[in-house]
Amino acid sequence: MNTILVVAEHRRGEVRPVTLELITAAQQLKTAADDRVLLAIIGQEAESLASQLQWAGVDEIIACKTNSAEFEPELAEQAVSALIVSRKPIAVLLPHSVDSLGYATAVAVKGGYGYATDVFKLAYDGGALVATRGGYNQKVNVEVDFPGHACAVMTIRGGAFKPVETVAAPLLTVDDRSELSARSRPLEFIEQGGGGDIDITTVEFIMSIGRGIGEEANVEDFRELADNIDATLCCSRPIADAGWLPKSRQVGQSGKVVSACKLYVAMGISGSIQHMAGMKHVSTIVAVNTDPGASIFTIAKYGIVADIFEIQEELQAQLA
Amino acid sequence: MKIVVAVKQVAALDDDFEIRADGLDVDEDFLMYDLNEWDDYSLEEAMKIKEAAAEGAVEVIAVSVGPERVDESLRKCLAKGADRAIRVWDDAMEGSDAVTIGRILAGVVKKEAPAMVFAGVQSSDQANAATGMAIAASLDWPHAAVVAELDYQPGAATARIKRELEGGMLQAVEIDCPAVLTLQLGINKPRYASLRGIKQAAAKPIEHWSLGDLGLDATQVGATAALSRVRRMEIPVKGRAQMIEGTIAEQAAKLIEIIKEYKGEAA
Repeated sequence: MNTILVVAEHRRGEVRPVTLELITAAQQLKTAADDRVLLAIIGQEAESLASQLQWAGVDEIIACKTNSAEFEPELAEQAVSALIVSRKPIAVLLPHSVDSLGYATAVAVKGGYGYATDVFKLAYDGGALVATRGGYNQKVNVEVDFPGHACAVMTIRGGAFKPVETVAAPLLTVDDRSELSARSRPLEFIEQGGGGDIDITTVEFIMSIGRGIGEEANVEDFRELADNIDATLCCSRPIADAGWLPKSRQVGQSGKVVSACKLYVAMGISGSIQHMAGMKHVSTIVAVNTDPGASIFTIAKYGIVADIFEIQEELQAQLA
Repeated sequence: MKIVVAVKQVAALDDDFEIRADGLDVDEDFLMYDLNEWDDYSLEEAMKIKEAAAEGAVEVIAVSVGPERVDESLRKCLAKGADRAIRVWDDAMEGSDAVTIGRILAGVVKKEAPAMVFAGVQSSDQANAATGMAIAASLDWPHAAVVAELDYQPGAATARIKRELEGGMLQAVEIDCPAVLTLQLGINKPRYASLRGIKQAAAKPIEHWSLGDLGLDATQVGATAALSRVRRMEIPVKGRAQMIEGTIAEQAAKLIEIIKEYKGEAA
């Protein structure tokens, strides 16, 4: 019998949806009828949060009680490490999220377990657990395995597995870890950007600019074009980091997911995983980029290989 | 006091590249090397702390693991104002993964005993996002990942940080020092190296350390100590957008047509 341990992620009292994707990933690792999927939730309110985790495919929910309501890396590390020792899973699945990046490595390093991050495919090959991740800025796929390690800790890319949809009533056990201590203390949450700007998650037509814009002086031309076609001007990370557009306009993992968008015109955006996480669901994506090999062309419906400045000028001329 | 900044020389691929005959990596001929983008921000953050402190009070040390070509990236760090640069290499380190690199860097940290260690959140090439946290785990130091703001006075017992979460949210955290922090893009605005800086850097030495300097042995580094093994590398078959060909005028006209279609207007 193999055991697969999934660690749920939660924030401000809500289980984060990526947790449901991990359950599907865990299901794929089951090979025998008696394999078990354990779902751990860690925190002060672990027991009450467990009620949000009644999902099919989970055999047991472990409410791991610590003395911090919100995520704290050392408490998470110690709690998960203790579960690995007591439950002996062959795989530990965590979301490839900011929280996991703060402690997954420590679990693997201190326990000497197999380790891979940002995994988007899982399989067995001749009994060996094989994880696939990207390499060289996602231009290649890399299959890795974990010889000599009885357990592998893996962080799983968001969106790579379909979320589980069926509810069930798994067994609930409580694991009291409130004696654990940590050397950092979560204080408060702060919403970035906001500040009276438009909420880009509600708009349907977005024109977005990226690194290809070159310099700040060029932003104005694209703002005019966006106004002219009634699109909301948004951006990828480098533009917000440079302060050329407010953070509230940033599309992507650390910005916003543009949930309501139907048409997305990406100008000079090559398409990092992080950016695409915010817009890849949009039904019509048009990407304009000088690099025919840009990743964004793999998710766009239409692609234009061209200089964005020439396209911008030409669009303005034709619209006039 | 010292701040150690862990940096990586990353590889970008040519437009057309080939996988090596053994299928385990890209053929080295197709790789172009540069300093990891995240590390520019880490170095800048250390420089800001150094410049806000009294002259000579803070020493910034850039450290990297890799063969001779890595000197070029370390030279960039010196040109931007790092006081010292250390390159660690030994043939036994070939094939080290992010975790093993973290262990090697932790060896340097033990010797230098800095008040803070900075690393980039991830590298632009392999994006394991693991090295910084592996340093912390090897040292058993407090740590925080994806730091977007840092409030730290040299020598202070704690630092205030803001972690960048998903969806435009930050979380404020107080952390005990010394600590290992992985720093996110946008935490500052990295400087360009000045001509004077570049000239001065050319004259500064890069310290070369090997296994023996770190108290590690060959079994603790390299491919055999890694927590994963590459089985196969392949170029993925990707979906492809419908490409709009033609002159700029034709491409723009088609784009206008798509916009009109979305708006429900006649083309």
